[in-house]
Amino acid sequence: MLYDIFVDPFVQMYQMPDFFLQVLWEGFVAGILYALIALGFVLIFKASGVFNFAQGIMVVFAGLTLVGLHENGVPAYLALILTIGVMAVLAYGIERIVMRPLVNQPDIILLMATIGLTYFLIGFGELIFGGEPKRMITEELGLPTGSTAFEFGERGLVILQHIDIAAAVIAILMVGALAVFFNKTRIGRALRAVADDHQAALSVGISLNQIWAIVWFAAGLVALATGIMWGARSDVSFALEIIAFKALPVLILGGFTSIPGAIIGGLIIGFGEKIAELYWGGLVGGGIESWFAYIIALIFLLFRPQGLFGEKIIERV
Amino acid sequence: MFYREAGQFKTSYEADQALFPIRQDKIGLGIILLVAFVVIPLTANDFFLASVMIPFLVFSLAAIGLNVLTGFCGQLSLGTGAFMGVGAYAAYKLTTIFPDVNVIFLVLVSGFFSAAIGAIFGLPSLRIKGLYLAVTTLAAQFFLEWCFIRIGWLYNYNASGAIEIPTREMFGVIISGAEATPLARYFVVLTITVLIAFLIANVLRGRIGRSWMMIRDMDIAAELMGIRPLQTKLMAFAVSSYVCGVAGAMMVFFWLNAAEPSSYSITLSFQILFMVILGGLGSVGGAFMGAAFIWILPIVLRAIPNMLDVDIGAETVEHLAFMVVGALIIFFLIVEPHGFARLWQIAKQKLRVWPFPY
Repeated sequence: MLYDIFVDPFVQMYQMPDFFLQVLWEGFVAGILYALIALGFVLIFKASGVFNFAQGIMVVFAGLTLVGLHENGVPAYLALILTIGVMAVLAYGIERIVMRPLVNQPDIILLMATIGLTYFLIGFGELIFGGEPKRMITEELGLPTGSTAFEFGERGLVILQHIDIAAAVIAILMVGALAVFFNKTRIGRALRAVADDHQAALSVGISLNQIWAIVWFAAGLVALATGIMWGARSDVSFALEIIAFKALPVLILGGFTSIPGAIIGGLIIGFGEKIAELYWGGLVGGGIESWFAYIIALIFLLFRPQGLFGEKIIERV
Repeated sequence: MFYREAGQFKTSYEADQALFPIRQDKIGLGIILLVAFVVIPLTANDFFLASVMIPFLVFSLAAIGLNVLTGFCGQLSLGTGAFMGVGAYAAYKLTTIFPDVNVIFLVLVSGFFSAAIGAIFGLPSLRIKGLYLAVTTLAAQFFLEWCFIRIGWLYNYNASGAIEIPTREMFGVIISGAEATPLARYFVVLTITVLIAFLIANVLRGRIGRSWMMIRDMDIAAELMGIRPLQTKLMAFAVSSYVCGVAGAMMVFFWLNAAEPSSYSITLSFQILFMVILGGLGSVGGAFMGAAFIWILPIVLRAIPNMLDVDIGAETVEHLAFMVVGALIIFFLIVEPHGFARLWQIAKQKLRVWPFPY
């Protein structure tokens, strides 16, 4: 038993390095995709202190809108632009109808409001697009499909899906763009000011409403990118919403307010989960992917309650 | 005019601190209990009992359980569904191990297993607070759900992977299993719910409940005033999980008859949390109102098209119901973030000064 836990997995890793690399790659891609969802959460949390539970459903909603538009004869790129438009309208609507009346409410009320929003969007999305899974229009958007196999050593090969590589590249570009946006632009500075202190930001003439609409729109764009990438790996359906739960441990691992934290948290969870599932999962009957991420996050949190990169929590009486 | 406490003098501290210090409240509660125990069983049909009242009571109890933790001790939990599941599976195992023991007793005992598990998952709450804690309770949710699927011993290794409730009787009346009449189940569920609700209401106004509220309002200050955070928080987790566990066991024993792991999924956790928030954080009565709203509203919404003779598909109705529920939740959060309990208080205040505005 002890041998199975402490020795055997490492022996396997050593004996089949190609398989191990493949596992690492899978973990990397999963991590990147978790990080993308977590990024949407972080954006909104940073700017408004709202823990946006609806990010998962926004991913599904964006994906479904894109596919749905294309199915009705809209060319792929036009559909993409229209979807961005829809996300902008959604962002404005959420800000105007849900967030503005709830300013200054306790966290838990805002959290509940976003869960209410989730219900609404699930009902709305199913009403319009139907409940069945749809195929993502990967080729039509000019994203690569197919795969490349790399020979590795004498024995094995590692297979990389092109779409995964594209996902990684897009994720990295997006994080870079967001970092520039946050640090170098006027709106980005305003966003950080709002995140720091709502009242102080208001007093220097920053419009909270405008900032929130922008942030929800940015989160919508991140959701769209995530929707395309996840959709390309599996179909676009409401089952994707479950994946959003995976973003939560990523989020607390990295800290709610840190963009690099979201990426690194995503990678830790992605790697950890795949490796644990494939090498240790068999010992307890498999399927540990569903909770392993949470346990990692829990253990990390016990030592660093604010997450890896979160702002230090200072409490005053 | 009718609701006025003028002339009701309190001569002792005890009388002032009573659970229902105002006479009209006692009468009101008496009427509600009378309706619940006599009028509803006499008038309601089986459908109403089985698919409205029983689930409503079960959910109310679960909402009371979560309210202890979230509303009174301020620890946000998203693992309620799993704790309910622990109660259900524990009760199921107990009935297979002790087939001759009264099933109600076993249901009540099963809560202790849930309480123990709850206390274990409450341990991180000592270091982790707020939304971070909420995510760690998701660990409980997903881990326990996985246990319900993977550990065959829990469901006696049967092929379906679901637990099925055996037929048991008390005083010659079948109260659990498929043959039990809705009426018998209703009485069992009602009695347990009312008893536990009273018990919790009393705990909450006592020393333990007040120390929970101190932790909720400002934990550091509470610590300085001599409240031990470890014991108090874990106690809140244990009591809350006990109540949720009993609710979960009742859910399968007296309502569903059979349960799969997916019955105790994250969706259930959210549902209960909605009941607590919409009902009002920190209010036992609010838990009932919240449960009524969240459970009964979709049933009503689904029935509306039939009544109006509008011909739309069942699926569309389902989706519309989802949308309306979501929209109403947001609406109520905006209108009254303190929940129905607060609305009820406002109504009472208005009643007190009626017919004058203030």
